[in-house]
Amino acid sequence: MSNFADFSTLLDSLYYTSSTKAKTRLLCEYLTNTPDPDRGWAIAVLSGTLQLEFFSRSTVKNLMLTHCDPVLFAMSYDYVGEMSETVAHMWPTPKTIELDCNRSLPSLNDIITEFSNTPKNAIPECLASYLDRFTPSQRWALVKLGTRGLRVGVSARLVKNILAEFASVSTIQVSDIETLWHGVSPPYTELLTWLEGKTPKPDVSDRIVFHPVMLAHPVTEAELANIDFNEWVAEYKYDGIRVQIVATSHGIGMFSRTGDDIAHSFPDVVELWQNTGVYGVFDGELLAFSDVDIGTFNQLQQRLNKKKPTKKLMNEIPCGIIIYDCLALGSGTQRCSLTELPLSERQTKLTEVLTPVIQHRIRLSPTITITSKTQCQRVRDEICERSGQRIEGLMLKRKTSLYMSGRPKGQWVKYKRDPMLVDAVIMYAQRGHGKRSSFYSDYTFGCWGTNEIGERVLLPIGKAYSGFSDAELHELDKWVRKHTIGRFGPVKEVAKELVFEVAFDSVHTSKRHKSGIALRFPRIHRIRWDKPANEADELTRLVGMIIQ
Amino acid sequence: MSTSTILEPHPDTWIEVRSAGIYCIPADVYIDPMQPVERALITHGHADHARGGHQRVWATLETITIMQQRYGIEHALLQTVVTFGEEINLTPEAEHPVFMCLYPAGHILGSAQIKLTYQGVSIVFAGDYKRTPDPSCPAFIPIDCDVFVTEATFALPVFNHPPIQDEIHKLILSLTRFPERCHLVGAYALGKCQRVILGLRQYGYHKPIYLHGALLKLCQTYREFGYDLGECVPVSEVDDYHSLAGEIVLAPPSALTDRWSRKLPDVLTCMASGWMQIRARTKQKRAELPLIISDHCDWQELLDTLDEIRPTEVWITHGREDALMHACNNMGIHARALRLIGYEDENNE
Repeated sequence: MSNFADFSTLLDSLYYTSSTKAKTRLLCEYLTNTPDPDRGWAIAVLSGTLQLEFFSRSTVKNLMLTHCDPVLFAMSYDYVGEMSETVAHMWPTPKTIELDCNRSLPSLNDIITEFSNTPKNAIPECLASYLDRFTPSQRWALVKLGTRGLRVGVSARLVKNILAEFASVSTIQVSDIETLWHGVSPPYTELLTWLEGKTPKPDVSDRIVFHPVMLAHPVTEAELANIDFNEWVAEYKYDGIRVQIVATSHGIGMFSRTGDDIAHSFPDVVELWQNTGVYGVFDGELLAFSDVDIGTFNQLQQRLNKKKPTKKLMNEIPCGIIIYDCLALGSGTQRCSLTELPLSERQTKLTEVLTPVIQHRIRLSPTITITSKTQCQRVRDEICERSGQRIEGLMLKRKTSLYMSGRPKGQWVKYKRDPMLVDAVIMYAQRGHGKRSSFYSDYTFGCWGTNEIGERVLLPIGKAYSGFSDAELHELDKWVRKHTIGRFGPVKEVAKELVFEVAFDSVHTSKRHKSGIALRFPRIHRIRWDKPANEADELTRLVGMIIQ
Repeated sequence: MSTSTILEPHPDTWIEVRSAGIYCIPADVYIDPMQPVERALITHGHADHARGGHQRVWATLETITIMQQRYGIEHALLQTVVTFGEEINLTPEAEHPVFMCLYPAGHILGSAQIKLTYQGVSIVFAGDYKRTPDPSCPAFIPIDCDVFVTEATFALPVFNHPPIQDEIHKLILSLTRFPERCHLVGAYALGKCQRVILGLRQYGYHKPIYLHGALLKLCQTYREFGYDLGECVPVSEVDDYHSLAGEIVLAPPSALTDRWSRKLPDVLTCMASGWMQIRARTKQKRAELPLIISDHCDWQELLDTLDEIRPTEVWITHGREDALMHACNNMGIHARALRLIGYEDENNE
């Protein structure tokens, strides 16, 4: 028999264990000792394929607030830096319930079934009844599970490696599991029993299945100097999102880089593809389009995460796709895999198939011939400039590269434009979360502008919590503690004395900040311990860089 | 329990916070000063409370022994041993003398609360203390007083320290699951280390326990005071380190990740500390097995203690004072934060 306590013990052990070998042993032990469907649900939870969100973080928070002193909750949350854990420890254990926990604990399957079938308005009550019965560790596991926020240092990739290890049939390799992975679904009973040699291999040939994509490494200038350009081909690096089209005679799937099916958000693109009548697995970039050109990432962003976009939105921001690779052609038994062919041959076949059907919003990514490093730089800078940052650099691909999932070395590299930089002054700091809990690691910074009465003041332009080393984090944390001049709840205001060189990808107008602008992907590039704050940049400099 | 809320003379007028620490004006004496001073009262032997170089020191025999061991026999010119419950006049010549009395604090060997009484008004400095039973020192005794000075190291409702036997059980379970790995437990040399050893012995673990060199002297001190730690072997006396597979080795936390630990076979890092309740803290310490073993009160212990003593005022020395002040307000006890710096290192207990 297995219950939720076994599951939460597993999560705890995995969370704290750092060695892969020990993690493998822990998970294999669990898989051996736990019956279906619990063990399969655990696999789904660990690899992030359990698509259900049982309750939102705000549901949990509101429930907690009705069970404790809100002031103490706020202080605790600020200190712990993580909501699930704060709730796990702060939830008051009712005195009336006997803590004979193992006798009546539900299984993982019971929990998943119950939360999937409970109407939304009854969720808080259901959640509360479990929190009452659970230990802090089990509460943490439940809240993490329910809000899909679980991270215990086990990647989907590691899960597959461990499954291969778990397999009692010695011929089963990780690659076998990978090809099946997206064709099977939680609780993975057919997969697990196959690994144990009890059932035949699941047949997924007629399922619409995501194929793990091939990724690129960033390239340094030094590496670029060593590239023999005769062996490489270049393409533009579009600023959209990576998608995979899987077109079969049964239907069309459109997957994000991580394998989430996002077809429902882009029915316009799916329909365009449907009309081409082309079957196969295609790799490309999803972009917003205008009548004449491709759109900006900002426009595309308004289409993302819309479960059911309105006609109006689709008319305002039509989307399309630029295809650059092809993993398979044809459908069903006719399908033929191209992943073992070199890139140049895949591109020839892709061009043959797509040329007759290309149109404004379904395009082929053009290839560019590059002969030298200097030319490479020039082409990159020109195209970024000319496209108004809609193209963010170049992709360089080895002509002989096979299509390999993951990030194989020396095959594909990305050569992005240099980030833009601004010198800004740190204004506020907040404690970090997760690994950085209790360190002041989230910084709000600003540039010089003028306020309503014409004084020169700092106006916040953004927030960053990355780009520095652990050693720098410790120094910054110390600096913040020493230079605090005010407190607004968890936020500390600091003396306006320290300058960050902030790197970012682009500037947009924003109503959220007093400064009227927002930076895309800001990160700390350098800490300018040496630079006086009054020499930081003026806001006007950033306003001039806004992408319309 | 005091019924009147008017304290005369109010301790505000005769106790002050100076850069060297808390100072009692009429007795001309500091409590746990952080710099060398003329006259010092010491609650316990942890290095942030007991420093060397004072002219005159009052403390328990255990604390003075620990100080002698750390700072030399002559760490202070004049060392006065005080027994629990003994009343001492700190200013025999004064018209209004200040009386001192020590009571057990339940924190570590020799730890004491210090009660000062001046013109009938009393203040108790609890120092660091805890309420959970600890075989390595006598239990905390709640003392009637007008002002109770408390620490607030774990003063947030998320801190709820489990019984030590649960944590020892976790360690033993891990030894069964990973019998080929050397279980290296990080524990502070004074107090935590001996508590873990005694906890293991109470659990029924009678194999030798291996010790880092920095722990040896203080373990010997505990033995001299009559605590039976069982068989402990210095790691330096082990011929073949491979024989430490599946054994328990204790080391100060600083040794967990340094070169010293690399000679041990397939180390599984454990850390014994009250902070281990917070997952991220465990990760930050790179511990794989957190053992929530604390020398301090958890949240409920703090509240229960205040409720039991019901002082007119609570003063909070260091830690998470905001939350404890808030709780005092809810209990109708006037509270203020002294915000002493120097006692707290966020990462240490």
